[in-house]
Amino acid sequence: MTSLAGARDLTKLAARRDRIMLVAWIYVLTILVVSTGYSFKGLYKTPASREALASGIGHNAAALALAGPLYNDSLGALAVYKAGSATALAAGLMSIFIVIRHTRADEEAGRLELVGSTAVGRHAAMAVGALLAVAANVVLALLIFAGMAFIGLPAGGSAAAGLAIGTCGIFFAAVAAVAAQLSGSARGARGIAICVLAASYLIMSVGAAAGSGGLRWLLWLSPVGWANEVRAYAGDRWPVLVLPVAAAVAVAGLAGVLAARRDLGAGLVPPRPGPPEAARSLRSPLALAWRLQRAGLAGWAGATFLYGAALGSLARHIGSMLGSSKHVGNVLTELGGQSALTDAYLATMMSVFGLVAAGYAISVVLRLRSEEAAQQAEAVLAGSVSRPAWAGSQLVIAVAGSALMLTAAGLGTGLTFGLSGGDAGTQVPRLLGAALAQLPASLAVAGVAAILFGLLPRACVAGGWAALALATVVLLLGPTLRLAQWFQDISPFTHVPRLPGVSGSTVPLAWLALIALALAAAGLAGLRRRDIG
Amino acid sequence: MTEAIAVSGLRKSYGKTVALDGLDMSVAQGEVHGFLGPNGSGKTTTIRILLGLLRADGGSARLLGDDPWRAATALHRRLAYVPGDVTLWPNFTGGEVIDLLGRLRGGIDARRRASLLERFDLDPTKKARSYSKGNRQKVALISALASDVELLILDEPTAGLDPLMEATFRDCIEQERHSGRTVLLSSHILSEVEALCERVTIIRAGRAVESGTLADMRHLTRTSISADLAGRPVGLDRLPGVHDLDLQDVSGAGRLAARMRCEVDTDKLDAVLRHLTDAGVLSLVSQPPTLEELFLRHYAADGPGPAAAAAAGDQHEVPA
Repeated sequence: MTSLAGARDLTKLAARRDRIMLVAWIYVLTILVVSTGYSFKGLYKTPASREALASGIGHNAAALALAGPLYNDSLGALAVYKAGSATALAAGLMSIFIVIRHTRADEEAGRLELVGSTAVGRHAAMAVGALLAVAANVVLALLIFAGMAFIGLPAGGSAAAGLAIGTCGIFFAAVAAVAAQLSGSARGARGIAICVLAASYLIMSVGAAAGSGGLRWLLWLSPVGWANEVRAYAGDRWPVLVLPVAAAVAVAGLAGVLAARRDLGAGLVPPRPGPPEAARSLRSPLALAWRLQRAGLAGWAGATFLYGAALGSLARHIGSMLGSSKHVGNVLTELGGQSALTDAYLATMMSVFGLVAAGYAISVVLRLRSEEAAQQAEAVLAGSVSRPAWAGSQLVIAVAGSALMLTAAGLGTGLTFGLSGGDAGTQVPRLLGAALAQLPASLAVAGVAAILFGLLPRACVAGGWAALALATVVLLLGPTLRLAQWFQDISPFTHVPRLPGVSGSTVPLAWLALIALALAAAGLAGLRRRDIG
Repeated sequence: MTEAIAVSGLRKSYGKTVALDGLDMSVAQGEVHGFLGPNGSGKTTTIRILLGLLRADGGSARLLGDDPWRAATALHRRLAYVPGDVTLWPNFTGGEVIDLLGRLRGGIDARRRASLLERFDLDPTKKARSYSKGNRQKVALISALASDVELLILDEPTAGLDPLMEATFRDCIEQERHSGRTVLLSSHILSEVEALCERVTIIRAGRAVESGTLADMRHLTRTSISADLAGRPVGLDRLPGVHDLDLQDVSGAGRLAARMRCEVDTDKLDAVLRHLTDAGVLSLVSQPPTLEELFLRHYAADGPGPAAAAAAGDQHEVPA
């Protein structure tokens, strides 16, 4: 085991480096699950109210696509339905961040070289990252078990829920270990692993939206689907837990094989020579920002188009899935819009695309901060480039990029929805409009990251993502958890008319656009005054 | 306008850490100015203020006759900067970065770019992620040197270069001097500063502790002398400015009667030499102070200033 020599000391070091981050992740994810269980317990006291909720959800393809399948109307199953898939995804994200941080990111920064020159085996860093991620997921599983059991849910189901989420996280630690071998940069490795995570979610959501119908088998192709199929509080199918564990072991083995075949610092894909001169157009900060973001944007826009197409193709079945329950109509109206059920479904999907676009815009704005920290900003600003021109260029990409993503989402949804009903000519513009109506709200959320970048740069990463998290919680959980209206009003998405279907006022959109503009302007003004670096 | 850089009483703190504590510095137009100081003494902070990246807390800084904070964008057309720690966009080629940075400061001379690529032996088609530190440094240097600017601000530009490339760098800076460009060169490589710079500023703990031409500074230090003498000098140890005197009588070696070695404060050299010629000089070797000695005295964390050092030297002196 000499290739693992020194792993123990390295693990101590890593645990020390990550102590705050790990505690924060585990705390937030535990709270997400347990607080959902707790609030459901208060909100849906009677079996009748639970039955109504469950039957409403069971016939709402949008809700199923977003949150995953629902297996019965017990309190635990409802809570796991609402928070389980999201937590499993987030646990995967946590694992990806931990593993990449201790492998490829350290390698890229040269720290691994320093450590590797000491009495440390060549697989030690990977082992450390994996160990830390596994430990974090085990603790998470234990805490979810303890928390859910504590609020009075069945112990067996609570254990199943914790383990389903924890093993999903562990599987993605293995995926990240492979990604760290494939790409030569931490950013690239993280991108590969997150793509796998996103694909798992998309596959799960198409499978779940199919209800008990045709495409349901897709759940078994997705690690997030595996977590669902454990059916916590609804049968507790323990053997399913073998799937993620076995897959994780296999994928981790692949990472080991790949790691043995490459040199320190190199990826498996050898770098190709590039152009000896810059393209003529590469002469402004905007051209630089475009060059830095174009590949990522193409990926995001392509993914939203496909996701839109998948969800659009399901929309026609919404009516036929509707049962005879009289609660259904009420619940769907609450979840969706006011007119046709299909429109309610589509409107919910459009809000979700709005959130995704906001996430993209935030990531672009935060690129400014990472360029500043890595001192690439210094090189640009030492040229004849004003600060507003430098930062404004990324903001332009954030606006244009999120508009492009929403366009792709509207097109994808409109095309498949329209083609399946033979009225693509009306549906495409209708859904395009509905998608683009989200843009001001998306930008208002991203504006938080922009103003913080100018005024409180140290807080902009955490603050930017917190704003998105808040908007997500309000949009997805607000009505079900009956959050206070003033609290729901904080989220810009609360004020977007529910399109398509309702011919709502466009005044709130103008206000949101104005707020986004004001936030960006304040950020730029702050940037002019502060120190760089 | 004859001053390219004029800094006076410059102050900057980060929280409780004082980075600059009343720094004065002046760089004339067309000169190659050395900027020296131990790690963490405030060199990079000074440069970042001059680039308008940081805002000074107090004092004044003028760059090419203008305010580096307010006129940053216009001023940056007239200068090129090479950071000490060059980070590039990993998926750009070296050639792309050279062009991009050059264009952002207002243009690049294609002929000079080609010749510099050759002189520095850099492959511009490689992706930045695969460059070593030295090669990343070359990318920034080539981009700066190929730009048509009046002022070069170089922050430890040769830190990662091999000796051959360092020689190339020196040639390039010599050429810049001849073509009248101003260069601010922050460096730890003393032989480089000695070879290239007319004047230097030495900074410690955020203050300039020494500033002037190298020739001036040498006067503040000691010259070491060793001589073969025909007679025994009397009272040499009592002369002011003589340190570490080692005087030995020699017998049976023809006219040679004594050998001496000592360190002399450079401004007292004349009196000491008169004293030696009175005794009869057979051979004499004198070594001017190296820049190294100069810096070691200033760099030492609690090192005394020149005057205090001289006083301390007197106390340690042991009469022969």
